[in-house]
Amino acid sequence: MKNWITLIVVAAMLATLPLVGNNYLLRLASILCMYAVLAQSWNFIGGLAGYPSFATAAFFGLGAYTSAILQNQGLPMMLAWGTAGLTTLLFAAALGGAILHLRGHYFAIASLIVAEMLREIVNTTPNLTGGGMGLNLPIMRISVEAQARYFFYAMLSLAFLCTATAIVVYRSKLGFGLRCIQQNEDAASILGVNAYSYKTAAFSLSAVFVGIAGAIYASWVNYIEPPDVFDILLAVKPLVMVLLGGLGTIFGPAIGALILLMFEEFVWRNFLTVHAAALGLIIVVLVLFLPNGLLSLLRERFARLRGAR
Amino acid sequence: MIYLQIATNGLVLGGLYACIAVGFSLVWGVLNVINILHGTFIVLGSYIAYFAYVYAGIHPFVSIVIAGAILYALGHVIQAGIINRVIAAPVLITLTLTFGLDLVLNNAMLVAFTADYRSINLANPLGSLEIGPVFVPGDRIAAMALALLLTVLLYRLLRDSTIGRAIVAVRMDRDAAALMGVDVKNINAVTFGIGALMAGAAGALLSIIFPISPLNGTTFLGKAFVVCVLGGLGSVPGAMIGGIVLGIVESFGSYWFGPEHAVTISFGLLLVLLFARPSGLLGKRGYE
Amino acid sequence: MTALLALEDVSRRFGGLNAVDHVSFSVEKGEILGLIGPNGAGKTTLINMITGVHPPTGGRVQFDGRDISKLRPHQIARLGLARTFQIVQPFPKMTVLENAAAGALFAGGAGGLDEAHAIAREHLTFTGLADMADKPAAALTLAKRKRLELAKSLAMKPRLLMLDEVNAGLNPTEISEALGLIRKIADQGVTIIVIEHLMKVVLSISHRVVVLHHGQLIAQGEPREVLSDKSVIEAYLGAKYAAANPRGAP
Repeated sequence: MKNWITLIVVAAMLATLPLVGNNYLLRLASILCMYAVLAQSWNFIGGLAGYPSFATAAFFGLGAYTSAILQNQGLPMMLAWGTAGLTTLLFAAALGGAILHLRGHYFAIASLIVAEMLREIVNTTPNLTGGGMGLNLPIMRISVEAQARYFFYAMLSLAFLCTATAIVVYRSKLGFGLRCIQQNEDAASILGVNAYSYKTAAFSLSAVFVGIAGAIYASWVNYIEPPDVFDILLAVKPLVMVLLGGLGTIFGPAIGALILLMFEEFVWRNFLTVHAAALGLIIVVLVLFLPNGLLSLLRERFARLRGAR
Repeated sequence: MIYLQIATNGLVLGGLYACIAVGFSLVWGVLNVINILHGTFIVLGSYIAYFAYVYAGIHPFVSIVIAGAILYALGHVIQAGIINRVIAAPVLITLTLTFGLDLVLNNAMLVAFTADYRSINLANPLGSLEIGPVFVPGDRIAAMALALLLTVLLYRLLRDSTIGRAIVAVRMDRDAAALMGVDVKNINAVTFGIGALMAGAAGALLSIIFPISPLNGTTFLGKAFVVCVLGGLGSVPGAMIGGIVLGIVESFGSYWFGPEHAVTISFGLLLVLLFARPSGLLGKRGYE
Repeated sequence: MTALLALEDVSRRFGGLNAVDHVSFSVEKGEILGLIGPNGAGKTTLINMITGVHPPTGGRVQFDGRDISKLRPHQIARLGLARTFQIVQPFPKMTVLENAAAGALFAGGAGGLDEAHAIAREHLTFTGLADMADKPAAALTLAKRKRLELAKSLAMKPRLLMLDEVNAGLNPTEISEALGLIRKIADQGVTIIVIEHLMKVVLSISHRVVVLHHGQLIAQGEPREVLSDKSVIEAYLGAKYAAANPRGAP
């Protein structure tokens, strides 16, 4: 119940942003919501089930391209977004069947390679996808301000939906089974957990919202190309955000998204050429010193303060 | 007869792939760490060879030693100073860590060397070799021979030297090795250093064949991974076989489907392979 | 027949090694069967075959008249086969209660999380862990973790319970407590297979004993019979006792 209230309050506060904020702030907030979607989605497979997936970039790019191609064929935008989500979901379910029996490193790399493969496929099918030249999307005939609001609300709704799904899943039999799998998969299946279907479900959940996010992103920026939507960093950032906010928690991913976004803005403004290295440095510091997330640090401080009183 | 030529090209390529993969495989097998840095290490080796050639006129084949030494030192320091601190952590953690380190190193190289593709044009190329209908550039043959030589040297090192036996002991049973007096942390650093050394040496060899750019790191990493899965993990002969299989598959794949599909073919092969071995390539399941 | 579990000529090979080699025996309903053999005899492999972790490479496993040789572990668990592990396998970061609830929810037919928690509480009380319910499983002592294994398995509402070395590493008091629990479980009508290499424990509790050696079944029967069997003395006790007692078993 507490989770629902937090979610609704935060979403409602964000929803009032267009009343006070300028376009720059709206753009940042849209990215924040998109990041929250990516991180929350990764948390289903990486945080809950404990499978280190790097497939986020593949899902994002697949969603973006599916939607872009369909819209260029004349499908209405919203319908194209939905179809992109569905396509990504089915793709993840099929892919999960192929690679979820792998463990540890094998799974991680197999999931990483999927994005590279999709990128190569796009590059080598220029008739359908525009290849390396990229693909333009239909332009919306409304003002710039209206567009900014439109895509902000789209991303916000998606983030809301994704977080709501997380709240439901965490309290469900599925969530419980996934936690068992994360701690000891063999013991879980001996207790009757159908590990294979549970993992596939988690993997599909980690895909569907990302696919839609990719589709919305494509419409938002009007033009996509393989290095942009299949960017390997799209696979790494969710993981960083979840590590920042705390693995396997409901609001950790969103908080991690906020921290990463603020950091990125700072670096982009001041040290553009080394932004990848800066991200790398955060990762190193995070892994070495804060394996339980930044929040754990605050929590410990807080506990110590209370203890001292 | 074209097939003979394609097979030969594949073989030459395969020898180089084996050299690319063998250090990666060693680190994975012994430390249980996927070293995302490996591709960037290779590129760094290429740059060392490039600058040694351009500014000092040192032949890339000689630079193997320089690149190997520099990369060994770098690898040793990274493992001893950073990765060793979380070596016992789950997969996700060590993988993420090497990923972060790779972002830093790769970005540093982009800043220092830019993304422009450079290549070495040897002043005195070795000419080419013709055996019947098959035609191979001499430098490529020499590079492959050196790659195989390095791989064999590593194999002998692991089998015959004290440090090699210690590395193998750590790979088989970390705790037992520690009980027998092996300094496991030091062996970790040495192993990672050797992995980097092999990457640097491979990079120096590749510098005369492929264009050099920091952007190539990912491709090399992908190849190393494919070779490991094909040939089996942590074994030098495995990397050799895996490298040659990949080289030949890519060579024929490019001929039949066009060179632009070579990457897709090798990754596709990998996914099929992963799928076809239902117990996972770890092959270890059970409770005992 | 009343056989609950029947192994028909089952084998399991790992590479070139015959870990279990053409073994046949059956377990009657309500029985406590001891499965013994020296280390490396194939006891745990046999259990892994029955539970579907390593399916047999030859022969059949029948449970209540149904061939389960090709089912997956979770399906077999849901039919009512539960096991505990030689090396205890709790979910370390979950609470003791959640650990037990997992058994009830995924195999014991509990309708939801709340019902699973209620069932779990019963079994924690039965195994004497009720006051630890909210502690993380990793905080338990070895003896208590073994009892948690038992509680998890019981929460699955098993018809056949396989206990793999539940007594290893326990002191004599803890062993006799554990044996008391096992007898109580048997009294509730659960069929039990006790896997041990401690002879004494098995003999005191089992109705019947099956002896494995080098993956083969070398004897079965009542404890006293088996103990005087020549091949058992040679195979099982030989290493330990032959030197000290050259004339045979004590």
